[in-house]
Amino acid sequence: MVSPSYYLTLSAILFGLGVIGFLFKRNIITLFMSIELMLNAVNLAFVTFSRQWGELSGQVYVFFVIIVAAAEAAVGLAIILLLARNRQTLNVERINLLKL
Amino acid sequence: MVEQFTFYFFAALAVISAVLVVTVRNAVYSAVFLITTLLATAGIFLQLRAEFLFVVQIILYVGGIMVLFVFVVMLVDLDVALRQVQFNRQKWVALLVVLAVAGQLVFALALGSEALGLPAAAPESLEPNTESVGLRLFESYMLPFEIASILLLVAMIGAVLLGKRQKPPRSEA
Amino acid sequence: MPTLFPNPEELALILPQIWLAAFGLAILLLDFLLGPRQKWVNAFGALLGVAASGVALWRLRGVHAVGVPGFGGAIVVDPFFVFFGFLFLASTALVILLSVRYLEVEEEHRGEYYALMLFATVGMMFLAAGTDLVVIFVALETMAASFYVLTGYLRRDKRSNEAALKYLLLGAFSSGLLAYGFSVLYGMAGSTRLTEIGYAFRTPSNEIFPVVALVAVAAGLFFKVAAVPFHQWAPDVYEGAPTPVTAYVSVASKAASFAVLMRLFLVVFEPMRANWELLLGGIALATMTWGNLAALTQTNVKRLLAYSSIAHVGYILLGLVAGNETGLKGMAFYLFAYAFMNTGAFAIVILLRRKGVIGDELDDMNGLIYRNPTAAVLMVIFLISLAGIPPTAGFLGKYFIFLSLIESQHYLLAVFAVLYIVPAVYYYFRIVVHMWLREATDATRPAISPAQAVALAACTLVTLGALLYAEPFVRLATYSLLGSVVR
Repeated sequence: MVSPSYYLTLSAILFGLGVIGFLFKRNIITLFMSIELMLNAVNLAFVTFSRQWGELSGQVYVFFVIIVAAAEAAVGLAIILLLARNRQTLNVERINLLKL
Repeated sequence: MVEQFTFYFFAALAVISAVLVVTVRNAVYSAVFLITTLLATAGIFLQLRAEFLFVVQIILYVGGIMVLFVFVVMLVDLDVALRQVQFNRQKWVALLVVLAVAGQLVFALALGSEALGLPAAAPESLEPNTESVGLRLFESYMLPFEIASILLLVAMIGAVLLGKRQKPPRSEA
Repeated sequence: MPTLFPNPEELALILPQIWLAAFGLAILLLDFLLGPRQKWVNAFGALLGVAASGVALWRLRGVHAVGVPGFGGAIVVDPFFVFFGFLFLASTALVILLSVRYLEVEEEHRGEYYALMLFATVGMMFLAAGTDLVVIFVALETMAASFYVLTGYLRRDKRSNEAALKYLLLGAFSSGLLAYGFSVLYGMAGSTRLTEIGYAFRTPSNEIFPVVALVAVAAGLFFKVAAVPFHQWAPDVYEGAPTPVTAYVSVASKAASFAVLMRLFLVVFEPMRANWELLLGGIALATMTWGNLAALTQTNVKRLLAYSSIAHVGYILLGLVAGNETGLKGMAFYLFAYAFMNTGAFAIVILLRRKGVIGDELDDMNGLIYRNPTAAVLMVIFLISLAGIPPTAGFLGKYFIFLSLIESQHYLLAVFAVLYIVPAVYYYFRIVVHMWLREATDATRPAISPAQAVALAACTLVTLGALLYAEPFVRLATYSLLGSVVR
């Protein structure tokens, strides 16, 4: 029997790695992957708690987190594609870009 | 004993691949290592008696979302994308969050599960549960399920709207 | 126990949202039948949807103080929800009215825009009603996903693309933080219902879980309302998004995030008020300071309004720090007044957009008094209100906040809150100087379309009326606090 604190520690490590990846990486797509890593850690925590309480709503929550991750990925990757496509055709009307 | 071994195997696999996700330079490698992390987590889900999520994780996350990622990595010229967005101004926010997480980690290790005050898991309490998860989803959580359908519709509209080929440039330009 | 199929009484509770979703779907289908010159029909349909939803919501107004729980406690229909629901519907209607002309100029007039706005409103309403972690999370994402797409709606505009990307990355990151906090909340209670979690919080089983949950949830929510130090996305997103969407994000999404913030802090985190009062006070002070100081040097009107909106967030948070009845009433009233005065200010920026001119630089305001006196005068009214000078709604909002701080003996915060009116007056006055004293750089006279006139009239009426005839508005804000949110 593995103690739940081990699962929670694993979840915290994965979450921390996701946060670090998000803040220190330069590549947009890797930033997205870091967010997926964070959500994955959240899922692990939910499943652990669900097991401890013997109660299933934690598992249902994970199901919704995965839906949300899918929706975010779809919208985000569409925006990345759009941005990549627009790089060549810069609109002269708006030259000053955001201070990114 | 077997349970402990399984846990350490999957945990090590998950952590090592997660470290590689955030350290390797090539985005395709990152994606592959992320898939490994997700699969290792799926293994732990199975150990925690969440077989429905085990299947969802593999089919939806690895099979759906990650394939989308790899697809886009291949499509987009990454060298240019690299310089598009920078978040270094927010680095110190990282400190805050990582500290909070590290705090929890230290406490969780130091206290052990008894001090966390969680109820002890009954060994057979959650087995086998795909049917119960389904019932739970459509009884207590039917409303969020319906809201999620709107969320997915929005995502679909968004992806089509932003992704579809554009009309010829406007007349004034 | 909830059954597989909801009974009609439960469906009546979510009828406002059902109407919005139905009209959103109808617009998506209808759009195919419309020619390029008939796209305004979409806007009309969206307004009808808002109206239908408003009628359904009006029927729910009689709910008693504790509210009516629905769907096994997943949502609650209480005065708090009804108040915020009307706030969302009002701002949605205003933004729809302002969008028609703008989208025609941008040549991006399509039905999806209005459908996404209605879906965003559905998310916001469930957010205000949600008493379950799952509902809150999914509703928040529905709202946010709609806003990501709306921000990037001008596909040919690189600024809009980049704003959408930045919004989405930071939004998804903050959702991750929030979800982690939610997982700990679930771990404490073994349930996703807020009431159960509230009970668990009174007798926490250990020291560490409440703190981690508080930090993660607060950080996630501060991102959503753009409080310092999580505000970085706001100026870029405000500048890059289409201006009506900017108005919408700054008003409606902020109100929705505050609704869930209030519910979580007052229902769940209230037992540990001693721990978060100082934290929240510090965040509010930093937010006011940074927002006001950064606004001083802006040359772009949208960026200036973005920083000023950050400052307003600081003021609204102070109401929660005070935590008494006046403070919460002040928050509700402030959000209400802010919705109208800020939309009004953005409406003037929208007026200046025409073919070939973006019109969001401070210099584009030059000589507006000669080019369109009505617009210039209205802008002055909105700016006076935003600065918090009587006789406007903004003044009354600030007054309630100050009063609550003094009542709860937060004198230092009260002093700072009053002092920061000075820089606010300065930077709002810069816009006035540009409008009244600078030579007009171009002679075009921005016209006001009928739809924009209606929206402007509504904004002006509330901005001025809320103080001169304050009683019903204050009663409205007080009404919002009846119920389970405040004990």
